[in-house]
Amino acid sequence: MAEQRIDEKTGTRTVGHEWDGIEELDTPMPRWWLYTFYATIIFALGYVVAYPAWPLVHDATRGVLGWSSRGEYAREVAAEGVRRSAVREELARIPIERLPENSKLFEAAVAGGASAFKVHCVQCHGSGAAGSKGYPNLNDDDWLWGGDLKMLVATITNGIRQPGNDQTHMSLMPAFGRDQLLKPEEIEDIASHVRVLSAQEKPSASAQRGAALFATNCAVCHGTDAKGSRELGAPNLTDGIWLYGGDRESIVQTIANSRGGVMPAWGTRLDPVTIKMLAAYVHSLGGGEAIVPPASPTPNPAQPAPSPTEAAPAPSANGKP
Amino acid sequence: MASPEDLIAPRPPRYFEARRKIFPKAVRGSYRNLKWAIMAVTLAIYYVTPWLRWDRGPYAPDQAVLVDIANRRFFMFAIEIWPHEFYYVAGLLIMAAIGLFLVTSSVGRAWCGYACPQTVWTDLFLHVERAIDGDRNAQIRLQKARLGPSKIAKRVTKHGIWLVISVLTGGAWVFYFADAPTLAREIVTGQGPYVAYATIALLTATTYVLGGLMREQFCIYACPWPRIQGAMLDEKSLLVTYKYWRGEPRTHGLKRAAPERVLSLVALAANPELAPRIGDCIDCNACVAVCPTGIDIREGSQIGCITCGLCIDACDEVMDRLDRPRRLIGYSTIADEQAAGDGKAPEHPMKRLLRPRAIAYFLIWASIGLAMLFALGTRSRLDLSVSQNRNPVYVRLSDGSIRNNFTLKVRNMQSRPREVEISIEGLPGGALWSETAARQGAERSIRLNVPADKVTKLRLFVAAPSDGPSRSDLTFRVRALDAEGGEDTHQIHFERPETGR
Repeated sequence: MAEQRIDEKTGTRTVGHEWDGIEELDTPMPRWWLYTFYATIIFALGYVVAYPAWPLVHDATRGVLGWSSRGEYAREVAAEGVRRSAVREELARIPIERLPENSKLFEAAVAGGASAFKVHCVQCHGSGAAGSKGYPNLNDDDWLWGGDLKMLVATITNGIRQPGNDQTHMSLMPAFGRDQLLKPEEIEDIASHVRVLSAQEKPSASAQRGAALFATNCAVCHGTDAKGSRELGAPNLTDGIWLYGGDRESIVQTIANSRGGVMPAWGTRLDPVTIKMLAAYVHSLGGGEAIVPPASPTPNPAQPAPSPTEAAPAPSANGKP
Repeated sequence: MASPEDLIAPRPPRYFEARRKIFPKAVRGSYRNLKWAIMAVTLAIYYVTPWLRWDRGPYAPDQAVLVDIANRRFFMFAIEIWPHEFYYVAGLLIMAAIGLFLVTSSVGRAWCGYACPQTVWTDLFLHVERAIDGDRNAQIRLQKARLGPSKIAKRVTKHGIWLVISVLTGGAWVFYFADAPTLAREIVTGQGPYVAYATIALLTATTYVLGGLMREQFCIYACPWPRIQGAMLDEKSLLVTYKYWRGEPRTHGLKRAAPERVLSLVALAANPELAPRIGDCIDCNACVAVCPTGIDIREGSQIGCITCGLCIDACDEVMDRLDRPRRLIGYSTIADEQAAGDGKAPEHPMKRLLRPRAIAYFLIWASIGLAMLFALGTRSRLDLSVSQNRNPVYVRLSDGSIRNNFTLKVRNMQSRPREVEISIEGLPGGALWSETAARQGAERSIRLNVPADKVTKLRLFVAAPSDGPSRSDLTFRVRALDAEGGEDTHQIHFERPETGR
């Protein structure tokens, strides 16, 4: 038991501990410190009454102020919705083709589209919209169905190869191998021709045979020059971009078994303003095209447009500008 | 001191203790005058600075010192600091820290005693208190007096004036963050921003509590500075010291001191060895009475001593009356004190100031200052920074070429709009176009107008043939097209797929 004593030099009581000859003086703390401590206790009691504090089995005490972090969050989200409603209304009014003229609104649409893209589109197209095998890269300048704002809105709204949607992009490539329309060596020849077209191989006898087969089997969709058709979603086979791979094996696979990606019709799930914002975002990625005015007005009254801003696919958009 | 009862029947220990109230006595003297002067200068700087004007042209504010948080600018006379140049502020803070080392190692806690806001405002509050309650003895009497009309009137007046000073103190602070005349008008007419009122309220409260109520408690309990400074003092640092060798043993009171001294002088003439050893300190406690932190300097260097020198003035006054030499308490170093006690001469002050430690601190301090001045003098007011958008790193275009995306930030730090040209260097066959243009018009450079005093952000696309290394050097250059010129470059890479084609 340690012995309390009075320190001679200071006249202060020691607390009674001693460690290697070092003793502790029992100096009282300042009184304001004590009062501060009491104040914190009173504050804590008040806090427990006012705010959610005690966890219960399924819930927690609610507090007389009725405050909760979840409620705070809901209020903030609602306030943000109100703050954005003006921009959304403006976006709903403006026709999509006039959106780029209003640079501030376009910027807002791009920002909104970027976050909507993160929610709805990254699963297939990737977080940077770079796509992957079978899922188009939206950054590049190659478009199967067209890359202007109107066409982007149409594609997002109606999707690709969606059954039951009469405005969806629809086309079907025959499975030349599986359905025995062509012999395996003929498919090899067409693959050689396609690789020559895209400057991946030097001309060969096989490619020459393939050219003739191409003209009879493939040109109807891909064009005699193999530059594809946007009306049919037939890809350009002469450029550097391959959705399913440009190597021989991939091309043989494609001819033999056919390809045809699908995309949901987002018009049933997203509101027109969000779709506009998504179109603006995709357009801003670097491959967006200018809207080409139709060479001859060919309105299609048979097809009711889902919204006034969405139009049928531009008929003149065949081939690249 | 412990009473005899304590030893027989110890009282239960007290865990908490009321503050022992301090009533510092007014004092006159050279250090008091120095404190007056420094108080006047520091308060004047604090209150006047926001009202100084500085013409910066039409696009920038004309307040000489302004922390513009909304626009993220810091203006200080001819210097304008942008957020990315915040290292200047960091440099100033480092200089302040090393300056503290330098000052403390040389002249001790001069900051604490004279320039610290806590010291200055506490001093100001003490003067107000003396003007209303009277000097030390009157204050003690008033403290003990029963609460009556006169005491209430005095207390209300004192705290009222303290609050006015506090409001003015908090009120001056907000002017550093907005145009002072405009804000002053808004505040007075009740249209000021909420944050201005909140800041004033907060600073009023802290000034009143720290300067009026807490005073020396803040220095002793709350402030980390005394601890840091205490660790930086050594035996050659200037401290307020009591000269033991001269003062001890003490006599008690003037009357007892004088005849003994006469006696000793007479006796000294005959038999010097008979002279009773008698010190100059008469234990009048004048040094304790004037101390704003309530310490007894005769107990030696301690954390409560802010080295303000008021005890020196008080003691000098007493020494004059005793006809003894001044500076029984004075600024001295521990080394000098020991030398003097041994009968040796003190070190020359210059030798003490120019010791290696102080010189080293000064050289570090000065070289940081010079480096900052050099950087400030040569900095460009046109700045380019480029980052590559890496999701995806590259995009293959339909003609087989490769495109990279870059985000550029052009900072025009001049107070006028400028036309600039952005060009790429390196990367054969490469061409750039902006997000608002099309690839058909891609060139090696583009022009754009950058607004005054703003950061312009733009996205650029750069395309180049796919045959090349997977990573090529690429330099962006921004060049001002007006007569004054100026340019900046940023080196970055152009990325291609590993397989080339």
